[in-house]
Amino acid sequence: MAVLTAVVGIGQTKYESKRLDVSMPGLVREAAERALADAGCSWRDIDAVIIGKAPDLFEGVMMPELFLNDAVGGAYKPMLRVHTAGSVGGSTGIVAASMVQSGIHDRVLCVAYEKQSESNATWALSISLPFSLASIAGAGGYFAPLIRGYIRRSGAPEDTGIRVAVKDRQNALRNPLAHLQMKDISFEMVANSPMLWDPIRHLETCPSSDGACAMVMEKESLASRRSGKVAWIHATEMRSEPTMFSGRDQVMPQATLDNAKNLYKKAGITKPREELDCAEIYVPFSWFEPMWMEGMLITERNQGWKMTYEGATAFDGDFPVNMSGGVLSSNPIGASGLIRFAEAARQVRGTADQHQIDGAKKALGHAYGGGSQYFSTWIVGSQKP
Amino acid sequence: MREVAVVGFTQSPSVRREPNRNEIEILIPVIQALREQTGLSSKDFDFICSGSSDYLAGQSFAFVSGLDAVGAWPPVCESHVEMDGAWALYEAWVKIQMGYADTALVYGFGKPSMGDLPLTMALQLDPYMMMPLWPDAISIAGLQARHCIESGVLRPEDMAAAAVRDRANAKSNPNAQVKGDFSVKQLLAEPFLVNPLRKSDCAPISDGASAIVLAAGDRARKLRDRPAWIRGIEHICEPMDFGVRDLGRSRSTEIAARKAGVSNDKIDVAELSAPFTHQEILVERALGLSQKTKVNPSGGALAGNPMMAVGLSRIGESASRIWSGEADRAVAHATSGPCLQQNLVCVLEGN
Repeated sequence: MAVLTAVVGIGQTKYESKRLDVSMPGLVREAAERALADAGCSWRDIDAVIIGKAPDLFEGVMMPELFLNDAVGGAYKPMLRVHTAGSVGGSTGIVAASMVQSGIHDRVLCVAYEKQSESNATWALSISLPFSLASIAGAGGYFAPLIRGYIRRSGAPEDTGIRVAVKDRQNALRNPLAHLQMKDISFEMVANSPMLWDPIRHLETCPSSDGACAMVMEKESLASRRSGKVAWIHATEMRSEPTMFSGRDQVMPQATLDNAKNLYKKAGITKPREELDCAEIYVPFSWFEPMWMEGMLITERNQGWKMTYEGATAFDGDFPVNMSGGVLSSNPIGASGLIRFAEAARQVRGTADQHQIDGAKKALGHAYGGGSQYFSTWIVGSQKP
Repeated sequence: MREVAVVGFTQSPSVRREPNRNEIEILIPVIQALREQTGLSSKDFDFICSGSSDYLAGQSFAFVSGLDAVGAWPPVCESHVEMDGAWALYEAWVKIQMGYADTALVYGFGKPSMGDLPLTMALQLDPYMMMPLWPDAISIAGLQARHCIESGVLRPEDMAAAAVRDRANAKSNPNAQVKGDFSVKQLLAEPFLVNPLRKSDCAPISDGASAIVLAAGDRARKLRDRPAWIRGIEHICEPMDFGVRDLGRSRSTEIAARKAGVSNDKIDVAELSAPFTHQEILVERALGLSQKTKVNPSGGALAGNPMMAVGLSRIGESASRIWSGEADRAVAHATSGPCLQQNLVCVLEGN
């Protein structure tokens, strides 16, 4: 019933720790203008604008989409603001796609951003309200025990995370937009970096970045007429589960397993590792690569670390992951999910420049958030489904 | 377009301050009552969408605990907007249109009493050019009201009359916060809160939550004898900057009303969520309502204003009047942002 939809334009800013050269409107406009230029569209060709970002306290503006709407050409158009914790970038892409898939709009623009330098994310995540349980742990402190749980269950070698961190930083050297450009990155360098939240070392964590990502999506009848390459949206899926439920397995949440199963079903995929050419996975702490290889049913339970260890997820491996450098190399939180989705689309369009996987035809974009409880994913292809 | 209807609606009473319950504890009984009203459980909802604001809760990711109120196990297909629940309903309606869902649960909640709401709202303004001046929400609305009065768009008497009407209507609404019989003369004798606004021109500060169930086609017909069919729903956002907008009218409401087909037939009932009397008049005019339309039978936002749920409640209040047969065709309105920046219009019909 849904209208077939394609990504026809992608724009990203340079990711940096502090983009002092632009305001928030300047930042989102930079990404939006690049997406429009890529799509060969003007502002007036856009029917609706979908804006996504993580908590408002990250910049200190309540519902900032209201003041940003004008900067991304949203004046006198429908505008929605999505917020689904860390998965928000992915959810923003999915909501934007649904505006076209439902037949309501012909062409929409989505923009996701974070300008972390405007405020302090660790402060924003550490507010303690009266009479409520607060972990005051930041993200690293929350996820470290889950990683420990994974290591115990899987028997993964302790240096698996280090290998992911080195690999993603090496990939980032192929991506001029990536925040971290560590030319001398090595196993020893990561291994010797300070332990922040055991077993997460400093160089196994994501940076704090300013940046925005934008995409233009349009319906089949318009996208089919284009001479340039587009990324067809084969399937999207979202799943959430509650925080305070004693029956949940936080190491391998049911929501990720349900999400993966339904995503592949919708996309007609039965053997994801063989049928997908590459993936951009939300890995804010190195260990989440092997964990989500299992969570996305790419490999068997407790075997994810082997993919990393054997080099399967490396740029020249049989299932490359995070060719752009991933969240470990650039993390404007609210945008990070949409960047994963956009980078998957770049691969199947063949426009990923130095980090292009030759002949990529189907790619997975993935985001997660909250306490490993929000998941949003999509599969895009160079051909119509 | 698929036929989609509002088939369930529950809300908490609007109260100035919920002393003993947090946002989620306010929400839990509302969701529970909705389950009882519709006979549906969380498993029956193909999609769930909510609206809330971290700045009202005073913490990041405040909506995440909303899932605890829903009882999202096994895991659910779910999304959230940092907007009034009316926009969450729009997203759910889109998901049903694309065939992704046949039923959806939508909810909105807010507890503004935890902070100084008018001052908190200053943080919604342009952070570089306006917010450093800390203009509170009532002062911003006061500037708009002053503009409307000085340019002859409306008179203080019109504003007081809107408050009189809403408060009188609210007498029959057990969930309303501000109600009673007043005269225009009486309200105009009140001192100014922020000139030219009197307290009676401002919606109250309310804690509260509301929830709605949407269903498509035959599913809706099974759940209600007379479902409230969504015949048009549209929302439009203006730029924020006051210098580039005509503050004496609501252009975004006009556009949304045209696209939603408000004027295609007579409107029996209109539920508006404008938080100030002068804004209610601007919205009423933008919708092009005639004298025959009963405006705000529930009292509207001026009688109870649980931020992030108030717009969604307007859709629910309209739908319940279709269910009862009191109205054949109704229009519901939601707003967000300073001086009616963003507006949503939803047309509901019984046939």
